[in-house]
Amino acid sequence: MTAKETKQDQRILTYGQAINEALDQEMARDQSVFVMGEDIAIYGGAYSVTKGLWEKYGDERIRDTGISEGAIVGAGIGAAMTGMRPVVEIMYVDFMTLVMDQLCNQAAKLRYMFGGKIKVPLTIRTEGGAGRTLGAHHSQSLESWFMHIPGIKVVMPATPYDAKGLLLSSIRDDNTVVYIEHKMLYNTKGPVPEGEYTIPIGKAEVKRPGKDVSVFTYSRQLLFCQEAAEELANEGIDVEIVDLRTLLPLDVETIVESVRKTNRAVIVEEDTITGGSGAEIGMRIVEEAFDYLDAPVKRVAGADVPMPKSAALESLAIPSKQSIIKGIREVLQ
Amino acid sequence: MTKSSNKTKTSAAKPVNKRSECSKEQARHYLRQMMHIRKFEDKMMDLMSKNIAQGGSHLYAGEEAVAVGAIAAIRPDDYIASTHRGHGHCVAKGGKLNELMAEILGKATGCCGGKGGSLHLADVSTGNLGANGVVAGGLGIATGAALSIKMRKDDKVVICFFGDGAMNEGIVHECMNMASKWELPIIFLVENNLYGMSVAIARSSRLEDHTKRAVAYDMPSSSVDGQDVLAVRDAVATCAQRARDGRGPSMLVANTYRYYGHSRSDPRAYRTREEEAYWHDRDPIKLFSAQCIETGILSENEVKAVDDSTTEDIEQATQFAVDSPMPEASELYTDVYA
Repeated sequence: MTAKETKQDQRILTYGQAINEALDQEMARDQSVFVMGEDIAIYGGAYSVTKGLWEKYGDERIRDTGISEGAIVGAGIGAAMTGMRPVVEIMYVDFMTLVMDQLCNQAAKLRYMFGGKIKVPLTIRTEGGAGRTLGAHHSQSLESWFMHIPGIKVVMPATPYDAKGLLLSSIRDDNTVVYIEHKMLYNTKGPVPEGEYTIPIGKAEVKRPGKDVSVFTYSRQLLFCQEAAEELANEGIDVEIVDLRTLLPLDVETIVESVRKTNRAVIVEEDTITGGSGAEIGMRIVEEAFDYLDAPVKRVAGADVPMPKSAALESLAIPSKQSIIKGIREVLQ
Repeated sequence: MTKSSNKTKTSAAKPVNKRSECSKEQARHYLRQMMHIRKFEDKMMDLMSKNIAQGGSHLYAGEEAVAVGAIAAIRPDDYIASTHRGHGHCVAKGGKLNELMAEILGKATGCCGGKGGSLHLADVSTGNLGANGVVAGGLGIATGAALSIKMRKDDKVVICFFGDGAMNEGIVHECMNMASKWELPIIFLVENNLYGMSVAIARSSRLEDHTKRAVAYDMPSSSVDGQDVLAVRDAVATCAQRARDGRGPSMLVANTYRYYGHSRSDPRAYRTREEEAYWHDRDPIKLFSAQCIETGILSENEVKAVDDSTTEDIEQATQFAVDSPMPEASELYTDVYA
């Protein structure tokens, strides 16, 4: 991959800066793009992602709203149906509960219900995950809910490079995309090209080639998986890491290809295990690559509990390097 | 906000207090549209009882003057957002009867290819942003369309239809606040048919006068006789002019009545037959026909001609819909994504 080879020489940006740059470049390029949400203008976003954009684009295109999640997404849908390309921000994925009618019943279904005669090119940026001891209403991973909605796309980048390229793709996509950032990734750093580039939605990437076991993951858990793989490499265990990057549509082809190579599969996900993303990914492996499996598919996932506040409990509720290593060892036995 | 400033704003949205006028051509058009809607809905009830139309349908009969009057006051390139009781809006906005009827029967020739049906009826090419199966589901869409108009510096307006039953949904508050703050070109048109399914306003809300809610958004509001097509038209025209002039949203409450129950299985136990008779006496088509004849805009024969031709149109549309093929199996997975 050319892009992958050249990105070694690029500038280093944080994940948050990469998203900011994508918004800036797309707003400069396309007048129909605007940003709307809570505290995104003067404040610059709860996690500073939109910092500086209000100063550059003003109230008209960087719109602070009242605390009205339903209207933010609802108005985004209406604007998208009538010629605009809105990017709306929902401050925490936990607050997506307040927009589920707009997302599930409206954005996702309008095109189908109206026989393909309209499109809803809306991007919903939101942020989730544990790690800041914020408790049960500011730490969830709800991606499996959104995976269950035909008509939308679900994107969860893990690196600054992917964050920028996937956000540009999301904004340019003619469908509604739920783009979920992770609060613990905002300050992580990586190479990001200055110019515009897109990463196709629905395409996973092998972030670490290996031959002994495939680990399927996305978002922040990629980092834990990479640490686990480094440690296991010292023991001679060669882990392949597939960063799914998009959960809907799922890149089943890349998943199956990896399983056919390693014959063992571990899914690492931060969301709660029951009915989580891993349930779908694992079942796809069973359906399409069962004959290649030398061991049962293993999930390393979030505990089936509301996210606890205490740091001591929070860290137990999500996967860690150690629990991932344990999971990988299980399928290698 | 002082009381006096609110009073000024409220009066600004009130219709001009003079006898409404219309040309012969307009009269014929309004009458034709109202009769189309009435006969479309009566036919739909008939088709449902024979199980030719499967599934449910929320009929607009009785409320015709609201859709027809309101849409007569705006331009063809303006937008509307509709409701679960949306057949009338579709017809008034210029949807083709054949395609609307076929859509409700789930046919391939329907305006949505048979994928929408009664609850999602829309010919989007007419500026209709769609009927909606969720009560108050159109508020966000309509507000966003108005935002889009404003950002593109266009001079269109949006009529957002919704019922009194939707008034207590949270999104109504969110959208009215947003539209008012941003002075969006939208008319919140409340079709007050007195019941949210079965629950009367007095049973669900302390505040029975919907127009008072607009005060919370510093938005002008007024009410209008929803059985009087010209009164509705003129009231909406005032609101639309305000929106086009960049002065923001307004709320209009059209008092009306649905003749059929909420849906086909509704025995209407929550309202009296006397009340129904009162409203049937105030039938919008009867009232307007009489008004046209009395003022000499249309002769009795001309009214009869519209009556006859609309009956024929609905028969033709029904035949078209019944004769149309069902969608191919290959259509199942199309149109999910753009």
